[in-house]
Amino acid sequence: MTDTFHLEFTVNGRLRVLDIAASHTLLDVLRDDIGLTGTKECCVVGECGACTVIVDGRSVNSCLMLAAEADGADVLTVEGLAPSGQLDALQQAFLDTGAAQCGFCIPGQLMSARALLQRTPHPTPEQINEALAGTLCRCAGYEQSRQAVLAAAEEVGS
Amino acid sequence: MQAFRYLRPSTVEEALALLEEHGDKARLLAGGTDLVIELRNRWRTPEVVIDLKGIEELRPSIRVEGGRLVISAATVMADLERDPVVAERFPALAEAAAVVGSVQIRNRATLVGNICNGSPAADTTPPLLVYGAEMVIASPKGRRRLSIDEFVLGPGKVALGPGEMVVAIELPMDRTIAAAYTRLTRRHGTDLASITLCCGVDASGTTRVAYGSVGPRAWLVVDDTGVLADPAASREAKAPVLAALFAKATPSKTSMRAGPEYRAAMLPVLGARALNTAIERLGRTA
Repeated sequence: MTDTFHLEFTVNGRLRVLDIAASHTLLDVLRDDIGLTGTKECCVVGECGACTVIVDGRSVNSCLMLAAEADGADVLTVEGLAPSGQLDALQQAFLDTGAAQCGFCIPGQLMSARALLQRTPHPTPEQINEALAGTLCRCAGYEQSRQAVLAAAEEVGS
Repeated sequence: MQAFRYLRPSTVEEALALLEEHGDKARLLAGGTDLVIELRNRWRTPEVVIDLKGIEELRPSIRVEGGRLVISAATVMADLERDPVVAERFPALAEAAAVVGSVQIRNRATLVGNICNGSPAADTTPPLLVYGAEMVIASPKGRRRLSIDEFVLGPGKVALGPGEMVVAIELPMDRTIAAAYTRLTRRHGTDLASITLCCGVDASGTTRVAYGSVGPRAWLVVDDTGVLADPAASREAKAPVLAALFAKATPSKTSMRAGPEYRAAMLPVLGARALNTAIERLGRTA
């Protein structure tokens, strides 16, 4: 037994196999080992949500999860929303409503919103507020974010 | 983070053997929403981290067994929010689970971890006290049960000995306690509570109130006079009985979340609110 861990998991549909330090978080491995820097490191105590990714269908703070805990899991990061470079409906809605100002929190907001829409395709404004409450935006573009999620939800339904 | 080994046992027995082998150099990992912060800040520096999520016995997370609701050590807050049996029989627990942290936290944070960390402000402690929950504790010697009232001791302290681990929390289903949870926070949205409070009433007229974040641990108090549970009793008749229940509150004088006078003044307000909801809910089950 050592303090390294043999990790096999799926990131954005692609199988990843790598040896990591057992003490590294999922956030560390996504950014530093795999080079997916769309997921942001910010508060690292699970308050700001900038590091939000979706693990097996549930949004999580990747700073509070050891990468080893993701062994065998299916992980979706913001890069996975636009695999071909074409923005998906949610990303486009964030652009259209001007939800992205400085942009730092947007990957986390997108992943929180995506997790909501996967489970609840037609959310109420209250459900959107709750879903986005764990991703802080210091530019305070919350109203635009909520509009964007509503717009994307309508597109999902049509 | 300091280097450590990550181990993922597949049975409770394996986990207990690892605990015995590594002693206080080991730390159990369930949801990790507290532990990973402690590891990163080097508040804890275990040599071995034992992840409980690979243990077969801890899946499925919530089940009914022998007239009890069994909530395994792997059950996260989001599971409690969505479980139909919890919603119907233990709504105050669902309400408490639903206000812990953010969605992301609730998707990882476990109920058992919330209790074992011993935070005086833990949202889920008051409803578990009111519903008469029991901790199921495993050790190499076998299993024992302990009421949550005896398990919770003080800030960061619970009645868990070396080599022991909590495998489940069980709620009795043979009696009906209609309960409601409420809390006081500085703002809507994600926040730690300045008061946590659960009130439960039953058909015999007993009222159980549990409140936290106003002392070293959450306290359970019981009113047997029947006055509080009586839907016909006046607010004036209830007020002194309710106020007496909060005698154990010793709110912090230095907390940045709320001053002691404010917390003391809000306890009976929240108490009356939760009591009214509990009485309404009892009426619906009758």
